[in-house]
Amino acid sequence: MASNDHQANVSVQDMIAKQKGKKGKKRIEKSIPVILFIIASISVLTTFGIVFTLIFETFEFFQRVPFFDFLLGTEWLPFSNNEPLFGILPLIAGTFKVTLIAVVVAVPFGLASAVYLSEYASDNMRRVIKPVLEVLAGVPTIVYGFFALTFVTPLLQQFIPELKIFNALSPGIVVGIMILPMIASLSEDAMSSVPNSIRDGALALGATKLEVAVKVVLPAALSGIMASIVLAVSRAIGETMIVSLAGGSTPRFDLDMTDSIQTMTAYIVQVSTGDAGYGTTIYYSIYSVGFTLFLFTLLMNLLAHVISKRFREEY
Amino acid sequence: MVQLKVNKQTASPLAPFKSNQESTENKIVYDTRQLNLWYGNHHALKNIDLAIKENEVTAIIGPSGCGKSTYIKTLNRMVELVPSVKTSGQIIYRDRNILDASYGVEELRTKVGMVFQKPNPFPKSIYDNIAYGPRIHGIKNKKILDGIVEQSLRGAAIWDEVKDRLNENAYSLSGGQQQRICIARALAIEPDVILMDEPTSALDPISTLKVEELVQELKQNYSIIIVTHNMQQAARISDRTAFFLNGEVVEYDKTDTIFSTPSDKRTEDYISGRFG
Repeated sequence: MASNDHQANVSVQDMIAKQKGKKGKKRIEKSIPVILFIIASISVLTTFGIVFTLIFETFEFFQRVPFFDFLLGTEWLPFSNNEPLFGILPLIAGTFKVTLIAVVVAVPFGLASAVYLSEYASDNMRRVIKPVLEVLAGVPTIVYGFFALTFVTPLLQQFIPELKIFNALSPGIVVGIMILPMIASLSEDAMSSVPNSIRDGALALGATKLEVAVKVVLPAALSGIMASIVLAVSRAIGETMIVSLAGGSTPRFDLDMTDSIQTMTAYIVQVSTGDAGYGTTIYYSIYSVGFTLFLFTLLMNLLAHVISKRFREEY
Repeated sequence: MVQLKVNKQTASPLAPFKSNQESTENKIVYDTRQLNLWYGNHHALKNIDLAIKENEVTAIIGPSGCGKSTYIKTLNRMVELVPSVKTSGQIIYRDRNILDASYGVEELRTKVGMVFQKPNPFPKSIYDNIAYGPRIHGIKNKKILDGIVEQSLRGAAIWDEVKDRLNENAYSLSGGQQQRICIARALAIEPDVILMDEPTSALDPISTLKVEELVQELKQNYSIIIVTHNMQQAARISDRTAFFLNGEVVEYDKTDTIFSTPSDKRTEDYISGRFG
């Protein structure tokens, strides 16, 4: 084909040169990176803003409450009239209980779903199940909270009569259900990205489907799976509505799962929705709790990062 | 079909763990009878009749899309991973029809090893790659596994290159080394037959040469069926050659005969490079 069959005298190169010569194009091209940089900076600056607010207010809190009382105290009684106590450990214990139960629920079920979806399900099945899982992930947490309080707790009380109306078990299970799709979906992504040639290699050695899934695909996808678990744990730690509604508001430093608890997040909600005055110790305490919470989730995210780097199996 | 008499092979010291009790006299290992295969509506293999001999290297040549890879994957039923596959006919392997529903694929694949076009080691250490097969079949003893790993790596002529780095990830090796790891992995469960699907197509000439030499050594203890795009390779390493075209076997004979005096015009055209 000749290059200028259709355009008798003008070559394509000429037309391109004409387009290039247009004014304004260059200016737009040059300003785009600047605009994009500004937009990208906004989220970074916001993060810094939040962290600095947390740090300043937390610093103010520690002017009033000794650091080690906060860190090692086993009683959290901020509303006590004569002598308020600000020991963070009961709140951490509450968060820990809920997170632990959530992990026990979500990890086995999430991984089993992921293995099913990536190794066994037909394409049609996957097309149905994945969107349903994503809907589960999109349910507002307040709905989960009511689900825990009005359905799961009464149900559990059938089996565990001593279970209180506010307890750690029920919100723990429901938080587990909430983070399950995250583990299932991210782990499935990790497993699906293991190349089929590796599965073929194992099948050709006489491995069964289960042996391929458990001994080849799972280890190969381990970094992605671990990262998904850590991210899910980090969401469980930060979960607020479910634990506020169904967990209660009794900070307790023990391992009892059947009694009312209070998590770090639930305490912040309690104070924020109450009428603690600006500048009071209680007001500053929510920042100290918030900062502790932030450290936990930050740690989890760093852990996820390190794990996905460290355990990456090259293929 | 021409029957070829081959002298009884002696056991090789390279694979002393391979039992050699049974007579290695030129028996038929795979007898394919009237095999037809469809991918959905596409008739990919048509009335294949092919008797493959023990302790020989059988090369399968032909242009792209002629069904040669499909055929070799039928021999260990890996072809069934494609959901729409249908087959008819028989493939008799050691007196049993492997296409029978009652024939367990795991059992078949334990006896028939396979090496793929692209090296596909597991993302594990070299040691674990080789030990994978024995382990899934229940061999847990560390000492025995150590022995199997060494023997297999020696058998695949790569022991000297990797003996000091058995705990390194197999993906740290070069492509040619990876392919020999995959061969060692197949040897580790002492198969009866080794299927090779264009095992050197992703390798450089030196690695290719090493794999070819290896195939020559392995045929003393194993029956090898190799699909290859490379006619010189078929001529160099195989005892018999089958020429596939459009899903049919055009000609199957001793390699010397195929490459010197082919009886079919299409075979002659293909090997002389007039098409393909």
